[in-house]
Amino acid sequence: MSIDATDRAIIEALQSGLPLVPAPYAEVAEKLGLEESDLTTRLAAMKESGVIRRIAAAPNHYKLGMTANGMTVWDVDDAVLNEVGPKIGALPFVTHSYERPRALPDWPYNLFAMVHGSSREEVEEKRQQIVELLGDALRGSDTLYSTRILKKTGLRLRKKGD
Amino acid sequence: MTALDDIDRALVNALQDDLPLDHRPFAPLAEKLGLTEEALLDRVRALRASGVLTRFGPFFDAAAMGGAFCLCAMEVPADRFDEVNDTVNAHPEVAHNYERSHKLNMWFVLACETPEGIAKIAARIEDETGLKVLQFPKLQEFYIGFRVAA
Repeated sequence: MSIDATDRAIIEALQSGLPLVPAPYAEVAEKLGLEESDLTTRLAAMKESGVIRRIAAAPNHYKLGMTANGMTVWDVDDAVLNEVGPKIGALPFVTHSYERPRALPDWPYNLFAMVHGSSREEVEEKRQQIVELLGDALRGSDTLYSTRILKKTGLRLRKKGD
Repeated sequence: MTALDDIDRALVNALQDDLPLDHRPFAPLAEKLGLTEEALLDRVRALRASGVLTRFGPFFDAAAMGGAFCLCAMEVPADRFDEVNDTVNAHPEVAHNYERSHKLNMWFVLACETPEGIAKIAARIEDETGLKVLQFPKLQEFYIGFRVAA
């Protein structure tokens, strides 16, 4: 999708979030000098094209007691990856799941699934559910726990032409 | 862990659903929970203030706006970890970086304008550190759930 200057202004205005008022779109539209219907039409188009995934809350896993996060990685038979991948992505405790290339010989894993739990034991327990789901397609796996955040920056939107 | 009452929990769960693009988008949820819109928004503000919700608003997919992203990993010797960390983090293209419990102990995401940019920065980090940068670009996404039950 190509983003025009108005879309960029909308994205910038909403990067820190939607105002917590009963009519948030009207408030944002007014700030940007748009009609509310122009704003919501553009937001609908951005949802349609995937630029906006959804308008929703981002909970803090830690504050909800989900203090363990394990990046589980799997070596799955390529022939069945497209069949089992969506099933793993749909598990309620999996927050992200991707196919990524292997990097042999260092890295035999082609499926990544981020698993959250209240403890490492819980992550391990949930991991077992993935093991069962994969069955014969599973050739190897590992779990990587994050031990330290070394850098974390938000998404910075660069202005085209700047 | 923050103490939440049942309504807060219902709110945290419901607010992870896509908010409608209506003039009064919170009204249906407020009615369902037996709250006024203002009471609902007060609770959302409190959840934001206590950090239970880090954000409320659109989730943008940067890749859909153009730009390239790549998860990368390095095996960094323990005695060089801090030095390599400084070198890697000095690149503005490194969006986030985690130490992880594995032989590949440094995992970061590169965010560039183009796929060529990813290759260039990865090569530069290899030159600067003398260590290999493994690249794990996303080939396919199997539904991002994101949800967490409160």
